[in-house]
Amino acid sequence: MTGLIEQYGVLTGWLLVLGQIGLFTLVLSLSIAFLLLLDRKVWAAVMMRKGPNVVGPFGLMQSFADFGKFLLKEIIIPAGANKTVFLIAPILTLTLAFAAWAAIPVAPGWVISDINVGILYLFAISSLGVYGIIMGGWASNSKYPFLASLRSAAQMVSYEVSIGLIIITVILLAGSMNLSDIVNAQDGGLFTWHLLTFEHILMWPVMVAAFVMFFVSALAETNRPPFDLPEAESELVAGYQVEYSATPYLLFMFGEYLNIVLMCAMMTILFLGGWHGPIPLSADFVNMFPEWIVNLGHLAWFMAKLVFFFFLFALVKAVVPRYRYDQLMRLGWKIFLPTALAAVVIVGGYVVYGGVQA
Amino acid sequence: MELIAFYIFAAIVTVSALAVIMAKNPVHSVLWLILTFFTAAGLFVLIGAEFLAMLLVVVYVGAVAVLFLFVVMMLDVDFVELKQGTLRYWPFAGLIGLAFIAEIALASFARGGAAATANFDASPGAETNTEAIGQVMYTDYFLLFQMAGLVLLVAMIGAIVLTLRERPGVKRQNIARQTSRRREDSTEKVAVEPGRGI
Repeated sequence: MTGLIEQYGVLTGWLLVLGQIGLFTLVLSLSIAFLLLLDRKVWAAVMMRKGPNVVGPFGLMQSFADFGKFLLKEIIIPAGANKTVFLIAPILTLTLAFAAWAAIPVAPGWVISDINVGILYLFAISSLGVYGIIMGGWASNSKYPFLASLRSAAQMVSYEVSIGLIIITVILLAGSMNLSDIVNAQDGGLFTWHLLTFEHILMWPVMVAAFVMFFVSALAETNRPPFDLPEAESELVAGYQVEYSATPYLLFMFGEYLNIVLMCAMMTILFLGGWHGPIPLSADFVNMFPEWIVNLGHLAWFMAKLVFFFFLFALVKAVVPRYRYDQLMRLGWKIFLPTALAAVVIVGGYVVYGGVQA
Repeated sequence: MELIAFYIFAAIVTVSALAVIMAKNPVHSVLWLILTFFTAAGLFVLIGAEFLAMLLVVVYVGAVAVLFLFVVMMLDVDFVELKQGTLRYWPFAGLIGLAFIAEIALASFARGGAAATANFDASPGAETNTEAIGQVMYTDYFLLFQMAGLVLLVAMIGAIVLTLRERPGVKRQNIARQTSRRREDSTEKVAVEPGRGI
């Protein structure tokens, strides 16, 4: 981003940056629309239904129809609600969900802001996501949303801890907190990816355990089933968003899906080699093509992995029953936290004494 | 460019910090406090201490302020009543405030004022802010760091000891027993004759 400003001067540079951000936001929003459809289709397939199939061919336009419906409905604000906070909450959720994407590299150099502490930035922004939920639940001035928002906040704060520790193991192995560097540390094909690392074969079991924990924690962090207690419709009506309707509800849901896809992207980057394909291509072969085609190929790999993880998320939603709240807390604090802590100690010891000075 | 950003951030920090103590609703106070923390993180980024900035957001905004918010939301205190008579404390509060300003001004002038901060180095002796902090905390002052951790551990254990009470007759969940239970342990297959019932 700063490169563009230096290259093209202040005005053109800023316009280019704004254009980049606009394009990225647009593409991301469109992808979310189709991923949402995929979610519903997978869910339907597991239940042997057809899923949305009326709007457009194969129901492809369903998300856009829903979007229009939400926009045209009336926004209802409860009389007892704290109006400002009530309206800020969904906006905050969506803004933070988009802001986190600024640091995600989708192909070599294709990132809006390539910051040194990229992974920490992601962690920080996703830890702020909890405020949208607490504010929404509190401002609704109603019992169920408030209870749900407290539950949700406790759950997100708990699982953040283990996510943070697992991220540390990856940082230690990759030797950097820059997301592009983390991806480039896994550029040698399938067996240099952190999930299947041959290079650090001793750490392989640890990384597999870390990956599984990260996946489960990501489910809990994004309030997805089997950890969707904040929205447990059988107990809490619809959780913290009971009082929300029309556009504010849409913003909440959109932000939620953005966060889910963000978690998929984080798993792709941290464990599955980001934009790198499973078989390393020789530099001669790659150099035959212009740079943008190569980058498009990288982007395709990134998207493929991301969609794979999203598919797993959708599948889990369909096949796994909901956890009980005390079991959820037990899993987070008594199992994941000690295991993740042990993983940090083991990987740290390996990096220092195993001769892998990164 | 950086100057404009600084003034924007500084203005937001000041206004939201004022709003923390001026807001009538305590929950609003905490929300303003969160904005203050977040904008202060922005100021850290401006001086090049990006690691500290992220840490501020993760620790204070992401965890500590959530607990504040929890406590304030749960408390059922009539804050209007509590606020009455605040005026009596103005002279004392003003005195403390003056002392703070004087101390900061003294420290700032002793270091040479604006000239010393102009070429401020956020990562002395290392390439990035992260490395500099790691060097200082985990290598140079390793013992002090460990001792600080020990103090926190003692505080944590103290809090647990203070709140942990053994009460007789409390039903507890035995997770191991719950998860090891098989279907055969709790269900029974009965051949029911039609029209009879069990």
